[in-house]
Amino acid sequence: MDEFVDISLTLNGRPVRRRVPVRQHLVDFLRTELGLTGSHVGCEHGVCGACTLRVDGRAARGCLMLAVQADGCSVETIEGLTESGEIADLQEAFVARNALQCGFCTPGVLITAAELLGRGQPMDRAAIRAFMSGNYCRCTGYQAIVDAIEATLRARLERAASTGDGGR
Amino acid sequence: MKAPSFRYVRPTSLEEALDVLAQADGQAQILAGGQSLMPMLAMRIAAPEILVDINRIPELAGITLENDLVRIGALTRYVELEKSSVVAEHLPLIARALPHVAHVAIRNRGTIGGSLSLADPAAEMPACALALGAEIELVSKSGVRSVGAEDYFLGLYETARQPDEILAAVRFPAARSGSACGFYELSRRHGDFALAGAACTARVEGGALKDLRVAMFGCDDRPVLAKKAAAEVERRGTSPEALAAAAEVLAEDVAPTDNVNGDAETRLHYAKVVFRRAVAMLLESTRG
Ligand SMILES: Cc1cc2nc3c(=O)[nH]c(=O)nc-3n(C[C@H](O)[C@H](O)[C@H](O)COP(=O)(O)OP(=O)(O)OC[C@H]3O[C@@H](n4cnc5c(N)ncnc54)[C@H](O)[C@@H]3O)c2cc1C
Ligand code: FES
Ligand code: FES
Repeated sequence: MDEFVDISLTLNGRPVRRRVPVRQHLVDFLRTELGLTGSHVGCEHGVCGACTLRVDGRAARGCLMLAVQADGCSVETIEGLTESGEIADLQEAFVARNALQCGFCTPGVLITAAELLGRGQPMDRAAIRAFMSGNYCRCTGYQAIVDAIEATLRARLERAASTGDGGR
Repeated sequence: MKAPSFRYVRPTSLEEALDVLAQADGQAQILAGGQSLMPMLAMRIAAPEILVDINRIPELAGITLENDLVRIGALTRYVELEKSSVVAEHLPLIARALPHVAHVAIRNRGTIGGSLSLADPAAEMPACALALGAEIELVSKSGVRSVGAEDYFLGLYETARQPDEILAAVRFPAARSGSACGFYELSRRHGDFALAGAACTARVEGGALKDLRVAMFGCDDRPVLAKKAAAEVERRGTSPEALAAAAEVLAEDVAPTDNVNGDAETRLHYAKVVFRRAVAMLLESTRG
């Protein structure tokens, strides 16, 4: 018999309370219980990155965290990041450069890329590739993904240099 | 790929966690960053009766510099180590190794204590602990004991830790002036587990290396100090020819077997390559 626990968390800025089976991972909880299907389930053992979401401000593998562990945390998914407009420029660049084909990897890729952009540091293509190394894409061959991230990073750094706001 | 059923407990103090372990009779498993245990649960390699989530035990996390020792709490995540000025200044070997550990999202959650507890033979942190002569603090209801890294790693995923013990912290000697380090690993892609790697430290005296310690990882069933090969370097000197000759002795230090990364001969070849390159990087760093 599964054990259940009551949890409350902040999800994309809004409070959520639910009762979860303790063995359920965070992505299954979001997808099946809350209907947030933007976080994808690929390998379910930490390798592919399709489930990447944000926990307390940092990118994390949703399949490597139990839903019960999100109790008291702030969780953000691709739905929340899209709604807030935080990565609108990155999403436009992905479309403009064809950085997605089937789109299965895209939510996870965007969340990892958002963390890269959030650091506000200049990075060359090799550093971008190293930063993105935990997110698999079986379609694009990565070139266009790196293009889109590089272009967005450059644009943000240029904007920050002209307004002095540190790239955010 | 779903975890099996278990009982979940989330203690908020070390005391409470130790009580659970003491009563569990070996049927409990600790959940730290989950970056290895969660996959093991999904694949049903692990199926504990009780899962003890230590993430809400604040006393297990943090980095402190006390005298000449850096003490790192087990629950300290890789990302905290990457950001730490104490690590950057006093543990340059760890700072060099960190970018090679997995990927950003995994470094945001994974802990140093988890890595030292799991004792994956290809992991970076155990090798650094061995090269630096770290002391591992193990706590149970009956008290605290310290185990030197050389006596701690016993075999494939096997350590000196007992089931009722929690790895509470690891203590590293802070780098002294005149010491240097080198780190090199071969992997298929950035962030993948190493095919082979070497982490080394030494004192530099008048251009010569003293007390060279080279910890090899991904070369045996556990991290291993290449004592014979390091002694050869001290004896022969540090020219590329001398390093190559010293690396030839590695077969006496490590015993790779055939595995998915290659047959024993290929893996011994990798070991020689990473040994030479790590020591060369150590030398390079002393030339400023
Ligand atoms: C895709 C992928 C790539 C990876 N690549 C690398 C890599 O290149 N190099 C590398 O080193 N690692 C790699 N890892 C593993 C990662 O570093 C893990 O974070 C680490 O091995 C375990 O730390 P954790 O905190 O996540 O521990 P957990 O997964 O929570 O636990 C691991 C084991 O240690 C035990 N444990 C944890 N903490 C304690 C404690 N304080 N006391 C006693 N027992 C404890 C647990 O019971 C469990 O058996 C990778 C993981 C993934 C998913
Ligand atoms: S589904 Fe989580 S990493 Fe693949
Ligand atoms: S677009 Fe299909 S996996 Fe990346």
